[in-house]
Amino acid sequence: MNFLYAAYAATWIIHIVYLGTLVRRYQRLSREIDELKKK
Amino acid sequence: MKRVFPILGLLTAVLLSYALYEALVAAPTEQTMGNVQRIFYYHVPSAWTAFLLFFINFVCSIQYLVRPNPVADKLTNWTVIAIAIAACIAAFVIRPLPEGMEPSSVATTGLAIAGLYFLIKKCFSQTRTDALAVVTAEVGVVFCTVVLVTGPLWARPVWGIWWTWDVRLTSTLVLWLIYISYLMLRRFSTSGQTPVLAAALAVFGALDVPLVYFSIWIFRTQHPQPVIGGGGSIDPRMLHVLLINWLAFLFFAGLVCWSRYRLEILQREVEETQALEAMLEPGSRR
Repeated sequence: MNFLYAAYAATWIIHIVYLGTLVRRYQRLSREIDELKKK
Repeated sequence: MKRVFPILGLLTAVLLSYALYEALVAAPTEQTMGNVQRIFYYHVPSAWTAFLLFFINFVCSIQYLVRPNPVADKLTNWTVIAIAIAACIAAFVIRPLPEGMEPSSVATTGLAIAGLYFLIKKCFSQTRTDALAVVTAEVGVVFCTVVLVTGPLWARPVWGIWWTWDVRLTSTLVLWLIYISYLMLRRFSTSGQTPVLAAALAVFGALDVPLVYFSIWIFRTQHPQPVIGGGGSIDPRMLHVLLINWLAFLFFAGLVCWSRYRLEILQREVEETQALEAMLEPGSRR
């Protein structure tokens, strides 16, 4: 059972980490857009 | 479109929860392996989703390369149509088909290739196909990573080892490495030719996908034999759970690709604006 839960947990950890990187990239891009608007 | 995304997100969340319930609770327990077999409901749909995304990346890369040249573009169009027709004819004429192929799946695959090719061509401009190629490669790598992590977690209790240099496993690792190198190229190369080089790499990389898929038929491997198609058999309830999970992962992958695509387009627009600004005010940038 441990391996089963580990596999399911690993799957969602991988997806969540990737979604986290997308959110961070989006935030960085939003900052860049704000800077461009200020100029 | 802004309203569609949350609705689809909610639908995907419900579908993923239902698929998880089906995989962990409703699916029958396999007699030999026990509960650890349930890893299969995440491992296999992730692999299929990764293959589909790499295939879309392949189609986008081909289009990015051929569309600027009208002759190459027309030639590719006719080649795709010929593949679809040949697949339909082969499905009904060639007997017996090579192992791992069934008439209906051959015809469907041929028609799906043509359908997808012309759908992408109609919906995306040349530069947008490049953006879609990056997106599908990136999300495909995420799903391929899931495959490479869940596989050993299944293998350890069943085979007694985490990994073996078996053809299926090795070719999957090579596939993952090819697309990692594709993403590295996209990320770190500053040459104006990067999209062309990346598209060429993706075309070669995609050749590994059929090798991964058919390796268990072509070679004697330790990886389990197919349970669907090619003479494989599976309990109908297990098949139902497998397909539900695949559908849920397809929805999830679609939403992630959509978000990533919007981000990619926005990023390109920002980069263009920054480049334009740098040209107008060269002193302020350096």
